[in-house]
Amino acid sequence: MTAAIAPPHPPVFARRHLLTCEGLSVPEITSLLDLANAAAEANRRVHKKGDLLHGRTLVNLFFEASTRTQSSFELAGKRLGADVMSMNVQASSVQKGETLIDTAMTLNAMRPDILVVRHHAAGAVELLAQKVDCSVINAGDGAHQHPTQALLDALTIRREKGRIEGLTVAICGDILHSRVARSNINVLTTMGARVRIIAPSTLLPPNPSRFGVEVFNDMWAGLEGCDIIMMLRLQNERMQGSYIPSSREYFHFFGLDHEKLACAKPDALIMHPGPMNRGVEIASTIADHSRSVIREQVEMGVAVRMAVLEALARNLPNR
Amino acid sequence: MTSPRTAIKPLDANRRRPAGGKPASTQSGTAFINARLIDPSTNLDGPGGLLVRDGVIADLGPHLRLNAPPDTAVVDCAGHVLAPGIVDCQVFTGEPGAEHRETLKTASFAAAAGGVTTMVVMPDTTPVIDQVALVDFIQRRARDNAIVNVATMAAMTRGLAGEEMTEFGLLRRAGAVAFTNGKSSITNTRVMRNALLYAKDFGALIVHHTEDPYLSKTAAMNSGEISARLGLPGVSTAAETIMLERDIRLVEVTGGRYHAALISCRQSLEVIRAAKKRGLPVTCGVSINHLTLNEFDIGSYRTFFKVRPPLRTEADRLAMVEGVISGDIDVIVSSHDPQDADVKRRPFTEAADGAVGLETILSAALRLHYGNESVPLLTLWRAFATTPAKLLGLNAGTLHKGAPADLVLVDLASPWVVNKEHLRSRSKNSPFDESKMQGQVLRTVVAGETVYPFADGK
Repeated sequence: MTAAIAPPHPPVFARRHLLTCEGLSVPEITSLLDLANAAAEANRRVHKKGDLLHGRTLVNLFFEASTRTQSSFELAGKRLGADVMSMNVQASSVQKGETLIDTAMTLNAMRPDILVVRHHAAGAVELLAQKVDCSVINAGDGAHQHPTQALLDALTIRREKGRIEGLTVAICGDILHSRVARSNINVLTTMGARVRIIAPSTLLPPNPSRFGVEVFNDMWAGLEGCDIIMMLRLQNERMQGSYIPSSREYFHFFGLDHEKLACAKPDALIMHPGPMNRGVEIASTIADHSRSVIREQVEMGVAVRMAVLEALARNLPNR
Repeated sequence: MTSPRTAIKPLDANRRRPAGGKPASTQSGTAFINARLIDPSTNLDGPGGLLVRDGVIADLGPHLRLNAPPDTAVVDCAGHVLAPGIVDCQVFTGEPGAEHRETLKTASFAAAAGGVTTMVVMPDTTPVIDQVALVDFIQRRARDNAIVNVATMAAMTRGLAGEEMTEFGLLRRAGAVAFTNGKSSITNTRVMRNALLYAKDFGALIVHHTEDPYLSKTAAMNSGEISARLGLPGVSTAAETIMLERDIRLVEVTGGRYHAALISCRQSLEVIRAAKKRGLPVTCGVSINHLTLNEFDIGSYRTFFKVRPPLRTEADRLAMVEGVISGDIDVIVSSHDPQDADVKRRPFTEAADGAVGLETILSAALRLHYGNESVPLLTLWRAFATTPAKLLGLNAGTLHKGAPADLVLVDLASPWVVNKEHLRSRSKNSPFDESKMQGQVLRTVVAGETVYPFADGK
């Protein structure tokens, strides 16, 4: 009786920005993944273009170099019919000494609808979001968050395994400096996966177990019985002696090779957010392994970004 | 690393084997009868005998005191002390790079003569032992040339420069028993923290020389009245304790296993004591020099008494002895550091640091047993055999059945005078030259083979 007069459901994802995965609810994540799943199917058609964002302006503002995330957002925006602009910040006013806030105010005056921002400093995207009138998507801020990466990883897992809940996921590598790890821990634990992190102690944040994960310094033990192996990129500047002694030793103890892969479940998936260092964190043959879904991750990246743009666009004011 | 797949190669693999696989004697083993057995690992100090078969201790106890099993070679110990050989965990040699000062071979002869059955050599060589291939080199050279067991510590930072960590995991697999920056301290606190943190994952021990180089740079001796009178630049004990206290804080943060290589003063002992009381994984060592000598011994600028850290006051020396007795100081080392006349026969400030000690460590330690300090023999052997072996994960320092027969037979009473010309070490810089000693090594046995007295009778 009441159902008949109830107002239509408000959109499940009712936020203005997507800045962090921390605090996203199961329905929010599920709705985004459902949207993304539909987008993924649409992306496989010959005619991919929609008009949901027709007339809207999407600005990519990347203060840090990026290939896949930036092009993925660009493509996602275009497929939804938006006007997309990518700002090459290295060559812009930032180099001339403009502060982050001033850059934000300048851009704001151009009246974009959605800003996609990557910045090398944790918290910078949130700061910017406070100063502009449009929606902001965090495309990576320092070692803090990279929400669309975690969502695309979740979508990849869900499509391959049919579920996320109950799976054991091992995230291996430089957890300390990784926004991908933090975002994935948030999303995967929220969705009911058991998450393990595997790294040398020098590449772990303090009190890692407070993240609701199991912590391993021994990759052989950590991979035992895992459904998903998520490798992280090791930054070049971390390789020489300060956090780990050498890439050779790192590969020996923390690189994914066939011997260590054999510890995981026989149908375990291999994931990597890219770009890979072959022979450092992942053996070349493993990267190209039949269980590697690294290319699927890239494909799902476009779909997830379309879903996020769509969800945010629904919440934009129609001025 | 706990997984069997990453298991560290048993260190036994590095043990000396009798050269050339000597034909087994027709007799099955050797019986050491009529001995006073000392073994800190079981708190044993009593009459008995010990049977060696195939290089390991096959049996021991009072039942073997007078009765050797048939078909065994018999060594009558005449009531003398038979104990685990010394595990000396700080030995500098000149190999590779300064073979004119000491080689692994010459050091091993000195060790055998001094009752040392395992030498742990330091990475301060040219080149520095900071790579797997160099650990292999030391082990091969030791296997082919040394007459006692040789274990090696690897450098903690590349080139001992104190900046970049070495490959602890791979080096440990290659056989490095611990990681140290040798004679230099790591001033970069971040490097030290990361090293402790990283070492923890591999169960590796960090051994650190604690001396603030900015305070000790120009110093030639302990700072105090004597240095003032001699007009020599001194270094205060603070240089040692500042670094030690910093390290203890880092151990607290990281949980890494830490061993202060050499402490030399009362204040350092207090720091160690407090750390142990808090349950931190901290141990420390002291050199035989700092247990038996003090700054007065420098006398009129005698450079053979110039060591690092410098000899301290008598009060500090007594504190060190007390630390050994209480067990707060875990390990006694020789800190054997051969230096030739070229670098020792110089004005005190310009002379090199270091003293040889392999051949005198045992006799010198017995001074503490006979002197006013009355250190029990079990305490001494615990500090220079049992505990160092345990810290470094070596199968040594014990008379357990099945343990390698690394033994020393000591006549506690026999007097002798040190004559540097008779030292086997290639360098003769002994602070004990012409000293009267009581207690002499009669026989040293490594893996069941007698390595001292030497075959040529010298």
